[in-house]
Amino acid sequence: MTATRSAPERTPAVPRRPVRTLRTAVGADPARGVFVALALTLVIGWLVVALDGGQLLNQSSVVSLLHVATGLGLVAAGQTLVILGGSLDLSVGYVVSLSTLVAAETMNGSDSRITPAVLLVLAVSVAIGLVNGVLVATVGINAFIATLGVGLLLKGYLENGYDGPAGSTAPTLVQTLGYQRVGPVPVAFLLFLGVAAAIWFALRRTRYGHHLVAVGGDPDVARLSGVRNDRVLILSHVLCALCAGLAGIYLASRLGSGAPRVGVESFYDLESIAAVVLGGAALAGGRGGVAGTVGGVLLLATVDSVFNQLEVDAFFKQVVRGVIIIAAVALYARRRHRRHRERTGAPS
Amino acid sequence: MTAELTRDPDGTATQRRSGAAARGRLTRPGGVLPIVAILALLLVLIAIQQPDFFQPASLLSFLGRSAPIIILAAGQYFVIVSGEFDLSVGSLVTAQVVVAARLIDSDPGRTWPVVLLLFGFGLLVGLANGLITTALRVPSFITTLGMYLILVGAVYLWSDGAPRGGLSDEFRRFGRLAVEDVPLLGRLPYALLVLLAVAGLLLLFSRSDPGRTLVAVGDNPRTAELAGVRVGRAKTVAFVLSGLAATVAAILLGGYSGVSFQAGLGLEFTAITAVVLGGVALGGGRGALLGAMLGALTLETLFTLMNFYGVSGALKSTVQGLIILAAVSVGALRRR
Repeated sequence: MTATRSAPERTPAVPRRPVRTLRTAVGADPARGVFVALALTLVIGWLVVALDGGQLLNQSSVVSLLHVATGLGLVAAGQTLVILGGSLDLSVGYVVSLSTLVAAETMNGSDSRITPAVLLVLAVSVAIGLVNGVLVATVGINAFIATLGVGLLLKGYLENGYDGPAGSTAPTLVQTLGYQRVGPVPVAFLLFLGVAAAIWFALRRTRYGHHLVAVGGDPDVARLSGVRNDRVLILSHVLCALCAGLAGIYLASRLGSGAPRVGVESFYDLESIAAVVLGGAALAGGRGGVAGTVGGVLLLATVDSVFNQLEVDAFFKQVVRGVIIIAAVALYARRRHRRHRERTGAPS
Repeated sequence: MTAELTRDPDGTATQRRSGAAARGRLTRPGGVLPIVAILALLLVLIAIQQPDFFQPASLLSFLGRSAPIIILAAGQYFVIVSGEFDLSVGSLVTAQVVVAARLIDSDPGRTWPVVLLLFGFGLLVGLANGLITTALRVPSFITTLGMYLILVGAVYLWSDGAPRGGLSDEFRRFGRLAVEDVPLLGRLPYALLVLLAVAGLLLLFSRSDPGRTLVAVGDNPRTAELAGVRVGRAKTVAFVLSGLAATVAAILLGGYSGVSFQAGLGLEFTAITAVVLGGVALGGGRGALLGAMLGALTLETLFTLMNFYGVSGALKSTVQGLIILAAVSVGALRRR
């Protein structure tokens, strides 16, 4: 056994794991796919609608598309934060409904009470978010069950207290937030973009954002690195509920009154999670971004708009939506899996 | 499991709290003792308000009424313990009931072929859920949520927005009728017999090798895979079991309360709640089938109790939410 005989046989390469720094985690762009899909959907949708003799991108349909995107988008933007942290929030639908009622009943049709109404809605949302956050982060309950439980509490309150629309939104708010537009773009959509931009900034540029991604990626590593996981998660839940509260104020302005069933009937809880996942986020946390969520929301709203233009049966719409959500996530999962295999050098 | 770790000779295994090993089978996290205690407490509360409840006849009919949700919880247990979710069961129940009504169309002769068809449909839905989750790597939360949307949409679409046809008496017998004049017990609901049969079969399965493999898969899919388990196949079996359980539940529910689009509304969350209440860990790998079924029975007992105490039906979900949060918090804090 001379030295020459045992000439360095290549040691089997240790699978190289990509170094997961905060920068790569935040900087990787999971959003690209969803915008490609959005573009494709727009083109195909435009073609199909054109063949049907319609026009997908005329003023009125763009406006209604953006309004659909605003309600879902505000909820989904907040949902992005909790999902990034490895949690999720199933109570948002009920928070939205409750917020429309709190807003409309406090205003009771008078402009002078807009400020207290908005403040009250935000306070209620913060309180609910705090409960969610404490249950998930401090008590340590599975987020699915914790937020489902809180949602059920709110559901019982809503069903016990309200049969139908209640209260009335201040006219000024209806005119501005509900219906005012800049060209084809509703003011409310700009509000949504503003919220999304703020969250984008928080994720990319603040310590909170970096800590959140770290907590979602690996809670133990985050804790050992000195991140206070519970605080980060609680703050995310509070912000998520705040976003749902904002969506409630928007819907109250849009509908003119409080609507106890709007959040559930719009499937905001499940659709917001779908939008976030369509935007390339991992349900397990640690990967994703608000830009992707905006893409996911626009994608869902576009599909909705195309179906409306084609006057497709509402139930058929739901079937197709289910198929799209599964198919899109399956595509992502496949691509991610392949990339992962290439990187780690595992046999395919 | 803890005991094995601490017995490890080379001493590298992580030392867990040794007290946990000493604790009995029933009280360890995931054991059934807590749920039995809660159930007993609720039964005492009922006894105070309504002693008649414990007459054999009313007790048996209560168990019969609880059968569908217990069976659903049992199906959900397999999915959850293998580390996944099944959010599609409620919509599957609705779909089965509506499909059965339209196909049977009040013709008794078609009962059995349609029942067979329903089982085939349940199996197919479970298979689809399982294959999409395991082969296409879609998180089960999304898969079954999508399936939920598809099933609800499809069933409305197929029936133009209002249920049509009707169930035959033959079909409704299982959910509605009972074996009369049984010595000692009086009326013995068919639903209870179905429940006992299904529960017996599933308990046998959960103690067989494939059943235990499911728990191992949920506990750590990677180790299970390295030990030679076909993880994808095991999980698919769990989804199929859930689909079949939903079919049985649909037959019982359709029989008991007739055809409506509300037949299965919200049942997926009730089933998951029941399973979690029974000490089964979301995320998989821990918990007993018996616990899950007792969890469902406890939930039903709770609803009955609320009835007896005159709590408004609208507040049902609030109380349900409070109970879940309280029970799970206690569990989570105890685990520390």
